[in-house]
Amino acid sequence: MKIKNISKSFGGIKALDSCNIEIKKKKINAIIGPNGSGKTTLFNIISGLIKPDKGEIIFQGHDILKLEDFERAKLGISRTFQEVRLFKNLTAKDHIDISLSENYESVLKSVIKKKRSNRKKIKRILKTVDLDKKLGSYVSDLSYGQRKLLDLAIVMAKKHSILLLDEPVAGVNPKLREKIKEILRELREKGETIVLIEHDMNFVMEIAEFIYVLDYGKVIAAGRPKEIQKNKKVLEVYLGG
Amino acid sequence: MIFPYLIHILILIGIYLILAVSLNLSLGYAGLLSLGHVALFGIGAYTSALLNINGVPFVFSFLLAGLLAGFFGFLLAFATGKLKGDYYALASLGFAFVVYSLLLNLTEITRGPLGIPGISKPQIFGWAIKDNFSYLIFLALVCFVSIFLINKIVNSGFGKLLGAMRDDETGLRILGKDTKKLKYKTMFVSGFFAGISGSLFAHYIGFIDPNTFYISELVLILTIVILGGIASLKGSITATFVVIVLSELMRFLPLPSAIIGPGRQIVYAIVLIIILMFRPRGLLGRIDLE
Repeated sequence: MKIKNISKSFGGIKALDSCNIEIKKKKINAIIGPNGSGKTTLFNIISGLIKPDKGEIIFQGHDILKLEDFERAKLGISRTFQEVRLFKNLTAKDHIDISLSENYESVLKSVIKKKRSNRKKIKRILKTVDLDKKLGSYVSDLSYGQRKLLDLAIVMAKKHSILLLDEPVAGVNPKLREKIKEILRELREKGETIVLIEHDMNFVMEIAEFIYVLDYGKVIAAGRPKEIQKNKKVLEVYLGG
Repeated sequence: MIFPYLIHILILIGIYLILAVSLNLSLGYAGLLSLGHVALFGIGAYTSALLNINGVPFVFSFLLAGLLAGFFGFLLAFATGKLKGDYYALASLGFAFVVYSLLLNLTEITRGPLGIPGISKPQIFGWAIKDNFSYLIFLALVCFVSIFLINKIVNSGFGKLLGAMRDDETGLRILGKDTKKLKYKTMFVSGFFAGISGSLFAHYIGFIDPNTFYISELVLILTIVILGGIASLKGSITATFVVIVLSELMRFLPLPSAIIGPGRQIVYAIVLIIILMFRPRGLLGRIDLE
């Protein structure tokens, strides 16, 4: 994925200012920066929730800015949100079922075709996030940590070629943090391309292979974790000197 | 005397049952607060009645009533594609007013306030449904098939998508689902069943006029769906029995008939307020009305 010259202003505030990022394939990429640096705005632009003022995003040979949000998702962009977004009247099983399905959108098929059970596959996916015993649980019956894990399972289940994770370990306990780290490493080993936004610097430095640092909507540094840790601009602007 | 009256009540229950479950599909399962449902009911009734008096066999007028109402349901969803929540509800209410005005003013086609009399009882491939008991049997069959199909839809993968759309439309789009198309399809199916219930109504009563499809009728259908519980077919079925029987029982109150009509509206409104205040999930619903 290539993000070229993306700019976005909200009123007089520049959220993104000619932002250029190239996501490294089959690696864990991280985008960091202080609050208000434009990280989530960038995710919202990539996934089609916000239109940029200018620029282009090339993904799998397409300028995806011309596509609607659901078309981008169909193309393989899978994302989570800072605030976990789940369907409160659906069970954990239903969430994964929907993510896996590609032909549920036909009324006729739903009436004529015999219901094919995805149960085994769903259980296997939920097992990867330790939620296989919560198959029939509604969102309200899950703890915050379990919701985070279900959110992760949903984006993993959906057919994708890139995962955008917005603060995957925000607000979770240390044990769960380690679990999420383990899941992301396993995904990386399978050759997945991951982009994460995170405020937990230790987590980022432990897991990310390439880091972009944003400040006031501009990329001020890019490189490997060790390079970023030593970067003067980053130390001045982001880590407070 | 009691038996024919009982059959009459059961027929009304059957007609409103199809209407209520079709509204529950769009309102309860898909979360589309469609206040134009009464117009789709009217479009079905008028289509069937007009075709019938022009000699079209019942089977075709019945199916066309469903298809045309379904098409208007689709058009409503298409025209209001960018509207959500309260704005969609207002737009769909506007649609109901427009259809009512058209039924009232397109006098050359609809005969306006004079209504359409002489709508015959159905004849299906040689089977003439002349008495109310036969009509009840036919209606029970249509009711069964309609509820079976809607139940199948809401319990399918498509139904899960509707539930997800009701809970978080953006969340579902981010999973790659085209929610606009989901709305079009839902409104078509919902309109189709509203249309066939309109056709069944017209052929049972034998006379229709625009007032039958005014907003007051919408209050009745909404009361049924909300009382039964949104996204609950069992709830809609139970509530149809309760509301229609309650409405009929009011006939026996020692009040002038001029008061009974508005009195019913007051009762529906009171039921709605009580439900919204004390049991937003309705009698058998699992989902809170928000």
